[in-house]
Amino acid sequence: MFDLDRWQEIMSALKKNKLRTFFTAFGVFWGVFMLVVMLGSGNGLRNGVISDFGDFATNSVFMWTRPTSIPYKGLPRARQYNFKNDDIDALRREIPEIEYLAPRTQGGGFDGGNNVIRGAKSGAFSVMGDYPEWNLIDPVVVYNGRFLNHADLNEKRKVAVIGNKVFDVLFAPGEQAIGQYIQIQGIYFQVVGVFKPKNSGVNFGGDKERSIFIPLTTFQRVYNWGDIIGWFAFTSKPGTPASVVEEKAKTLLKRRHSVAPDDPQAIGSFNMEKEYNQMTGLFSGISGLIWIVGIGTLMAGVIGISNIMLVIVKERTKEIGIQRAIGAKPWNIISQIITESVFLTTFAGYVGLVIGVGILGLVNYVLSSSGAESNMFKNPSIDFNMAITALVILVISGAVAGLIPARKAVSIKPIDALRYE
Amino acid sequence: MIRLNGINKSYITGNNQLHVLKGIDLHIKAGEFVSIMGSSGSGKSTLLNIVGILDNYDTGDYYLDNTLIRNQSETKAAGLRNQYIGFVFQSFNLISFKNAMENVALPLYYQNVNRKKRNRIAMEYLERMGLSEWAEHMPNELSGGQKQRIAIARALISKPKVILADEPTGALDTTTSYEVMQILKEINQEGITIIIVTHENDISHMTNRIIHLKDGLIESEVLNGKHPVVK
Ligand SMILES: Nc1ncnc2c1ncn2[C@@H]1O[C@H](COP(=O)(O)OP(=O)(O)OP(=O)(O)O)[C@@H](O)[C@H]1O
Ligand SMILES: [Mg+2]
Repeated sequence: MFDLDRWQEIMSALKKNKLRTFFTAFGVFWGVFMLVVMLGSGNGLRNGVISDFGDFATNSVFMWTRPTSIPYKGLPRARQYNFKNDDIDALRREIPEIEYLAPRTQGGGFDGGNNVIRGAKSGAFSVMGDYPEWNLIDPVVVYNGRFLNHADLNEKRKVAVIGNKVFDVLFAPGEQAIGQYIQIQGIYFQVVGVFKPKNSGVNFGGDKERSIFIPLTTFQRVYNWGDIIGWFAFTSKPGTPASVVEEKAKTLLKRRHSVAPDDPQAIGSFNMEKEYNQMTGLFSGISGLIWIVGIGTLMAGVIGISNIMLVIVKERTKEIGIQRAIGAKPWNIISQIITESVFLTTFAGYVGLVIGVGILGLVNYVLSSSGAESNMFKNPSIDFNMAITALVILVISGAVAGLIPARKAVSIKPIDALRYE
Repeated sequence: MIRLNGINKSYITGNNQLHVLKGIDLHIKAGEFVSIMGSSGSGKSTLLNIVGILDNYDTGDYYLDNTLIRNQSETKAAGLRNQYIGFVFQSFNLISFKNAMENVALPLYYQNVNRKKRNRIAMEYLERMGLSEWAEHMPNELSGGQKQRIAIARALISKPKVILADEPTGALDTTTSYEVMQILKEINQEGITIIIVTHENDISHMTNRIIHLKDGLIESEVLNGKHPVVK
C-alpha cells in the first residue's frame, strides 16, 4: 500500500493529463463540498431555531378557559368560567404524570397606559402572578437577587422580580434595584430580583424582558382576583408524552367545571412538545434531503472517477501487458488501480471536506463577530461523526469506482494487452 | 525444458477461423540456443507467445520443465512467467515513467523483494550490461541498443530458465544487433535456454539450432549451421 513504486505509478498516471485529473477530482471535491456546506447550513438553521427555545421545557402544555360551545347539565352554551385555586391541588392529586405545575395570572401592560411607577419614572409592563415552578418551565437568568419562592406565596409578600427592560426604564444604569420599591398598579412592591430571558423566541403573555413577576397569591389578593387562575402551565414527567398529560388535564378540568366532556372549545391549550417535535421532524426531513442530494452529487463525482479510471486503464493497456508479462499477478494490477481510484477520490473529497468546514468556520466567525443576534442561523457546523461518515463513504465509493476499470484491466489476455497499440 | 506435442492454435475473427499452428512438435533441451525463422505470418510470434504462457493453445500438450501448461489461472501463469521466463521484445517495452534501474528491478517487485534489495540487484545486472552510468536515466533518454540491453537485464533479474526474444534485433542496426547477440550468447553459456525469433540469416546463424516455420508447421531444422535436417 505505501510502496514507493505504487505511488510512482499513481502519480505518473495522474500527472500525464493534469487538466483531466483536475476536472475529475473536482467532481468529487464539489460533491463533498456541497454536502458539507449544506449539512452545516442545515445544522445552523436547526441550531438557530432550537436555541430560540433555549431552556424552555419542550414537554410543556399550556391551558386556558374559553366560552363553552355545548350546553351541559342545564348550563347554557357560551358560558364563561374560570380556573380556580382548587384546580391546582386537584391536578397535582389526580394526575401523577405532571412534573411541574405553574398556574399563572396576568394583568396590565396591554391597554397602553403606564401601570408601573417609580418616582418620576414610569412604564407599561406585563404583570404576572406566578409560582416558583414557572422558572422550571420557561427559565430566566436572575442575574441580580433571586426568583420567587414558596415563602413569598404563602405569606402573600409584596415582592417583585423584574425583567431587564423594566430595570432599564425604572432605574438608572448601575443603580441597585434590590430592596427598592416600585408601584405596580397602585400597590408598592419590593424588588427582590432582576432577570433576563434565556430565550427570546418563545413568549407567553408579552415580551419577557418587559415583564414583572409577583407571587400569584399576592396578585389575587391585591388586584381582587379572588381565587381565579388565568392559565396553567405544566410539564409531563420524563417518559410521558405531554399530550397524555394534556388529555388527562382537560378531562379533569372539564369535569370540575361542568363542561361537556366532548366540548371541543371550552379549554384552549397549546402543546409545546407537539410543536417542538414537528420542528425537529422538519429538520430531520431537511437533513435527510440534504444527504440524498449530497450523496447524489457525490455519486456523480465518483462515476466521473470511475470513467476516468477506465480511460487511464485503456491508455495503459500495453504497460499493464508488459507488467503482466514480467510477472505481475492480476491482484497486483487490480489493487494498483483501486488504490489509484481510492487515492483520487479520498484526496479530492478530503479537500472538499476541509474547504467546506473552513467556509462554515468563516461564516460562523463572521456571524459571531458581527454581533448580530441572528435568530434563524446559529453555529453552522458538521460534527466529527458526519465528517468520518463522509470519509468512509468516499473510500468505499473510490474502491467501487476502481473496481470496474480494474476488472477490465485484467479481463484481457496478457498477449492482447501487449499487442495493444 | 520445453516440450510441445501436436500444438494447434486458431484465431477466430468474426466468422473467419484462421488456423495458425497446425500441429507443432518441438523439443528444446535446457541450455539450447534456438532461433525460429519463417516468412511473415507463418506463426512464429504465436508459437513464442504460447511458450511464454502469454497465450493459450487449442489442442496438444505443452510441458515447461515437465509441468503441463494448460488452463492454469492467470495468477498461476503470472507466477510461472515470473519464475521461469524472461521476455525480450522487439520494441523493448520498458515502462516509461521508471528509470533504467527501476525497470530492471520490476520483476523482483512482483516477488515482493524490498526496494533497496531489488535496486541493488538491478545495479549488478546493469553493470554486467555496461550501463551502470545510465541507471538513473529514463527510457526516452536512451538509445535502442541501450534500451534492449536494459530489457535483457530485466529479463535476467528473476533468474529465469528460459529467455524468449521476439525479433530482439529487429529495431537495431547491424553493429548494435551483434552486440546484443553477443550478450545473449554469453547468457546462454551460463546455461540459460534462449529462443529467439528473427528474420535475419546472420542473426540466426549465431544460434545453435535454427527452426524454419512454414504455414504453421515446422518445415526444417538446421543444427549449428550444418545441412538442413528435413523432418
Ligand atoms: N490476435 C490475433 N487475432 C487474429 N489473428 C491473429 C492474431 N495474432 C496473429 N494473427 C494472425 O496469425 C497469423 C500468424 O501471426 P504471427 O504473429 O504468429 O506471425 P509471425 O510469424 O510472427 O509474423 P511476423 O514475422 O510478421 O511477425 C497471422 O496471419 C496473423 O494475422
Ligand atoms: Mg511476429
